[in-house]
Amino acid sequence: MKILVCVSKTPDTTSKIAFTDGNTKFDEAGVQWIINPYDEWYSLVRAIELKESNPAATIHLVTVGNADAEPIIRKALALGGDEAIRVNTDNSDAYYIAAQIAEVAKQGGYDIIFTGKETIDYNGSSIGGMIAELVDAPYISLATKFDLNGNTATVVREIEGGEETAEVALPVVVSCQKGMAEQRIPNMRGIMAARTKPLKVVEPAAIDALTSIASFELPPAKAGVKLVAPDNVAELVRLLHEEAKAI
Amino acid sequence: MSVLIFIDQSEGIVKKSSLEALTYGADLAKQLGTTAEGIVLGTVSDDLAALGKYGVQKIHQVNNAALNTVDAQLYASVISQAATASSASVVVFSHNQTGKAVAARVAAKLKAGLVAGACALPETNNGFSVKKTVFSGKAFAHVNVLSPIKVISLNPNSYKTVATEGTAVVEALAVTVAEPKVKVTAVNKITGEVPLTEADIVVSGGRGLKGPEHWGILLDLAKELGAATACSRPVGDAHWRPHHEHVGQTGVQVAPNLYIAIGISGAIQHLAGVNRSKVIVVINKDPEAPFFKAADYGIVGDAFEVVPQLTAAIQKMKAGA
Ligand SMILES: Cc1cc2nc3c(=O)[nH]c(=O)nc-3n(C[C@H](O)[C@H](O)[C@H](O)COP(=O)(O)OP(=O)(O)OC[C@H]3O[C@@H](n4cnc5c(N)ncnc54)[C@H](O)[C@@H]3O)c2cc1C
Repeated sequence: MKILVCVSKTPDTTSKIAFTDGNTKFDEAGVQWIINPYDEWYSLVRAIELKESNPAATIHLVTVGNADAEPIIRKALALGGDEAIRVNTDNSDAYYIAAQIAEVAKQGGYDIIFTGKETIDYNGSSIGGMIAELVDAPYISLATKFDLNGNTATVVREIEGGEETAEVALPVVVSCQKGMAEQRIPNMRGIMAARTKPLKVVEPAAIDALTSIASFELPPAKAGVKLVAPDNVAELVRLLHEEAKAI
Repeated sequence: MSVLIFIDQSEGIVKKSSLEALTYGADLAKQLGTTAEGIVLGTVSDDLAALGKYGVQKIHQVNNAALNTVDAQLYASVISQAATASSASVVVFSHNQTGKAVAARVAAKLKAGLVAGACALPETNNGFSVKKTVFSGKAFAHVNVLSPIKVISLNPNSYKTVATEGTAVVEALAVTVAEPKVKVTAVNKITGEVPLTEADIVVSGGRGLKGPEHWGILLDLAKELGAATACSRPVGDAHWRPHHEHVGQTGVQVAPNLYIAIGISGAIQHLAGVNRSKVIVVINKDPEAPFFKAADYGIVGDAFEVVPQLTAAIQKMKAGA
């Protein structure tokens, strides 16, 4: 069984969000980069668990990014995974990225492709669905559970106001979120092993991007909080009703 | 040419987020000088013709029981066929659970640029540029779509539904519907509760409530307001509340009209999931809690005293009104 885990580099969740070059570029000054939490905590760890119960399985990681994504890939390899592939290009268009991963996927012949439910910077929730379409496989999005029984996966996915259980035969593309697995911390052995795991760099396929970011904008600052005394909650109710028209 | 809007339904009822998408798509069609058409899949009990009041002229229906549950692959195939049949230049989805599963597939199939999580109508004077939320609601991006066909998924609760007069023509659409590969075997809806992502009001609790046994005061308030309930990540992690209630950067992102945070400190990762809320109320005993900086209204006080009083005061207001 072969599993492909898509890994993306994102700014740390506490990063200051600011822009440069006339609001056209994310200001990377002082930003710490992390593995996108959904990729790390849920898809990668679930893939590792699957391999733990089926040692014959292999896990490949794939990222689309420049050389500066390599520390993130090494960190992911320290958690687990057999080898990594980096598609050497930088582009923010979801279709472009998904099409690069689909090329890797077609060559590797994977049974399972995991992505995170979204990246915490672009929030597109798009890559998994696009890969699935490009490799012509079923797609389970927002999965909270994934179990294998031979060639059939039983998954639980989020729906409005609840969840549903579904069955699907492999190969399948799955976007993962909370519930799939529990976050793990890499240990010393993993970190040492990651240094010598293969990290293949491949050049991108010729694909046209279908979108580009023209500019960024920060939301207007809040006017400031109106405090109400704790012994006067009726005043809060009045403000919410009459001023904010929220209740 | 047309703007095609995907109308999402569950158990035959059209979702609120789809009414927003319909209004958005109809407004966009007007802006582009074209028609707004809808596509609905599966068995529907709602009156589809009446959806004309949201500005849609025609609705294509594929009334096939195989489409009563979502198989993204099958949905994308059928919606793409509808897009071709209606010569759609833009396909609009809600960025809800179904939209997240299907819009990207449709975009890849049609080689259409996708803007996922749009929050305003496109700028179409010079090209085609759509505003969307990025960095988990901490900023916006203006995204240029370069392809002839465009796919937009609209953030729930970010475009106001407007109903006027009108009736839509409902037509059966002849398309090929393959056998679904994803077989839904069980549905587990949390009954009697308001779905978090559709809620107008959300009441949310944090570690300040000290334990699951203290959630009663929060649930009473939520019930009084008809609100959905949510929680911070440590509360979900500790299983004080089910994990699907966890909001924030790594949980559910919500954008209700009113978000009431009780005993939540307001960590940056929490704010990222709630900062698109229109009005934020914070109840926290620590005047230095960072959440107050992101709040519209606040009470510095003990949740165990303030929250029951708040519930009672709302009851009183309602009785008086
Ligand atoms: C990568 C990453 C991702 C994360 N993602 C998320 C996320 O998606 N969502 C999320 O919520 N967190 C997330 N976190 C965690 C986040 O950093 C905070 O730790 C968390 O939000 C704190 O939860 P809390 O406010 O409930 O608890 P605390 O920070 O412990 O705050 C409790 C608050 O309750 C107040 N309080 C105590 N007693 C009372 C009382 N009697 N009455 C009133 N107030 C009282 C205290 O003053 C305090 O402000 C993430 C962290 C990381 C590192």
